[in-house]
Amino acid sequence: MTAEVVAGSSTVTLRRATPEQRRAKAIGTLLVVLAAFVLWVFGFGVDGGDVSTFNLSLPGAKYQDIKWEVDSRWLSFIIAGIIAFLGGLVLRRTHLRWTNVALAISLALTALSFLTWAAAGSSFSLVGMLVSTVVLSIPVTLGALSGLMCERVAVINIAIEGQLLTSAFVGTIVGSAVNIWIGLVAAVLTGALLGAVLAVLAIRYHIDQIIAGVVINIFALGLTSFLARRVLSVEPGLNSPGRFASVKIPILGDIPVIGPMFFDQNMFVYATFFLVIAIHFGLFYTRWGLRSRSVGEHPKAADTVGIDVFKTRYRNVILGGCIAGFGGAFLTLSQVSRFEENLTAGIGFIGLAAMIFGRWMPLGALGAGLVFGFARALQQKLGILGTPIPSEFLSMLPYIVTIIVVAGVVGKSRPPAADGQPYIKQ
Amino acid sequence: MTDADAGPEADGEGEGAETDQTGTTDFLARATGVGSSIKQAITVPALALLSALIIGAFIIALTDVDSLKLWGDDPGEAFRSTMSGIGDAYRALFEGSLGSRRALTETLFAATPLILAGLAVAVGFQAGLFNIGANGQMHIGGMVGLWVGFSVSAPAIIHIPLAILGAIVGGAMWGGLAGLLKARTGAHEVITTIMLNFIALFLVDYLLKGSLFQAQGRNDPISKPADSSARFPTLFDGYRVHIGFLVALLAVWFVWWLMYRSTIGYEFRAVGANPEGGKYAGMNVAWVYVAVMAVSGGLAGVAGSNQVLGLEPYRAFSNFAGDTGFDAIALALLGRSNPIGVLFAGLLFGGLRAGGIQMQGAAGIPIDLVLVLQALIIMFIAAPELVKAVYRIKAVDDGVAKGVTTGWGS
Repeated sequence: MTAEVVAGSSTVTLRRATPEQRRAKAIGTLLVVLAAFVLWVFGFGVDGGDVSTFNLSLPGAKYQDIKWEVDSRWLSFIIAGIIAFLGGLVLRRTHLRWTNVALAISLALTALSFLTWAAAGSSFSLVGMLVSTVVLSIPVTLGALSGLMCERVAVINIAIEGQLLTSAFVGTIVGSAVNIWIGLVAAVLTGALLGAVLAVLAIRYHIDQIIAGVVINIFALGLTSFLARRVLSVEPGLNSPGRFASVKIPILGDIPVIGPMFFDQNMFVYATFFLVIAIHFGLFYTRWGLRSRSVGEHPKAADTVGIDVFKTRYRNVILGGCIAGFGGAFLTLSQVSRFEENLTAGIGFIGLAAMIFGRWMPLGALGAGLVFGFARALQQKLGILGTPIPSEFLSMLPYIVTIIVVAGVVGKSRPPAADGQPYIKQ
Repeated sequence: MTDADAGPEADGEGEGAETDQTGTTDFLARATGVGSSIKQAITVPALALLSALIIGAFIIALTDVDSLKLWGDDPGEAFRSTMSGIGDAYRALFEGSLGSRRALTETLFAATPLILAGLAVAVGFQAGLFNIGANGQMHIGGMVGLWVGFSVSAPAIIHIPLAILGAIVGGAMWGGLAGLLKARTGAHEVITTIMLNFIALFLVDYLLKGSLFQAQGRNDPISKPADSSARFPTLFDGYRVHIGFLVALLAVWFVWWLMYRSTIGYEFRAVGANPEGGKYAGMNVAWVYVAVMAVSGGLAGVAGSNQVLGLEPYRAFSNFAGDTGFDAIALALLGRSNPIGVLFAGLLFGGLRAGGIQMQGAAGIPIDLVLVLQALIIMFIAAPELVKAVYRIKAVDDGVAKGVTTGWGS
């Protein structure tokens, strides 16, 4: 394969499109196909004259009865037109920078068209779904933040899943035995402890980091399932911790749509947004961030200028564990308020994918988390609407989105240069 | 393997396959454990098992709610009750795995899918790929095998091989998909295989509700049974161990031949040792990724066929592969990715599983403890320095778990 390329004449090389151009061509074609799909399935798939009603206010909100009623078929026609237009623009390959923007807009519009199709002739609580999107994005975002804290210093943390699971378990037990605040603290400490285990295995013993992570995951799954069956089944009182209540922010919480999404949530949601901003600021505008990133990109150079590579790595991996522990607490102290075996069901790995999708950036992690939250919310709400799509396929949605994301539909993203490599001091 | 671990050999391999003698021998030694003496190859796993059992005993003691309540009133009685709890558990674990002829056959029975799935993961490791997707590949392979098992009519001598072939094809396609994604897009196999596990799980649930698979007259998600001609016959009357165990032994031989005696296997290992080196030596690395994952998935598919054609009720149901796909990872590490090592590791884990069932039944210890023991075993195996430090022994060889996988970048 390589031989042919080398043998090719220079004219062939000149005509060869750059990867960006090839990608633009592929995505442009994809968008045109998508437009045809939207037109055919979502446009002609509903009866003419059907109206989709989107509720934009929750029952009990200050401003009631905000609705958007739209002709289902015509909305999809318009959306198909826009997507086809964007596809055409991308295919011209003149503004390569806008390829991703066109793709994002098209996918969002497709989702909207899909919803009008699913809700044709009935009403659908759009704001309810958006609120779910934010709530469901929280553990994924926290998982991604945990992963990026570690990977920015070149330690791969595949143990997020186990950290979430174990801290959810500990949070439940301590939360039930004492109170939810102490439960939260215990969960965070559990995450830190598992982070420390990963750090010792990876940094001190140079174990392959992915294997160390998998070991922690298996251990976490085994231990929590074992304890759940052996202790929680005997002492059911230890499995009802209660939950953190929503705290509505005055005035802002009353804004339609945005209010319930962002300003009428519990502490975890606010804390996650705060963490995203704090880590972004920390990584790019403080000495700690500069040191962390240099350890992740070129540990030897960092060591040469006097940065303690090991200490930086230990600190960040343990902090990453704390964040995962916080995410674990969210799972049982905010959502279900009850521990069940393997309740994480891959959220930690989805968080890892969100980290890659978000290009190792905190704001990217939040954006990716929201995309996954949306996929999950869609799955839940469509089950209620009763679409002809089998529920199993809807359940697959977040996982399929993850594969598509990691497969680089959004373009190749670059991990920190030293990612996954142990540092051995000379 | 990361560049840092490849060390000086990496440069040698860059110049061509012939000049990399040192690198390959070193990798061979690490992959097969041939470089170290038999004594060492046994010492670390044995100490790892011992350490895991000791920690497991503490876990049993600390979770013994009834005994814990006694400590305040009567420490002596509490101690006795705790110790007897541990004793009961481990006695049941031993009796269930080795204690009788039935226990021994149960161990072989439990080991069968573990060995096959362990080989699947081991093949991946040798080529530097971390296949966590054995679970999904078992599900898809098992479903295809079962479909052949009830839709084709043939005498057993043809029907069983045909069903296994179907399972291989199903598993190979599911595994090959992850290989293809890696080769074409660079998507890391760890994430894609985990996601494919979940997708396979839901796909099986969906298929079990469709007319293609669902048993007639049933509303719950359970499949039609396999024809009696497709069911794996048992080896001894009255015991559950079946010809699947012989298939597993055959697979051990096949993987050994493939990895150490065939050109393809050489390419697998060369790419695993150093993908860049393989590329410069003229190997088609993308193809190797797809091929490795297909072989790996095919082996997992056979393990999946065991779960539907080798035991009662000879039907597929939701999550019929269970934890086997994840145990397989531990197993491949324990067996140092060597087929013979995987065979013995599979027998050990089969014993733990068979004993674990007895432990759950007789001593009331949830079988999930076995998962904890397995994780502890790999942790000690993966970090021989830990064992060294704990037992104050020296000269154990370096861990096989150092740098068998690659980061996100490659």
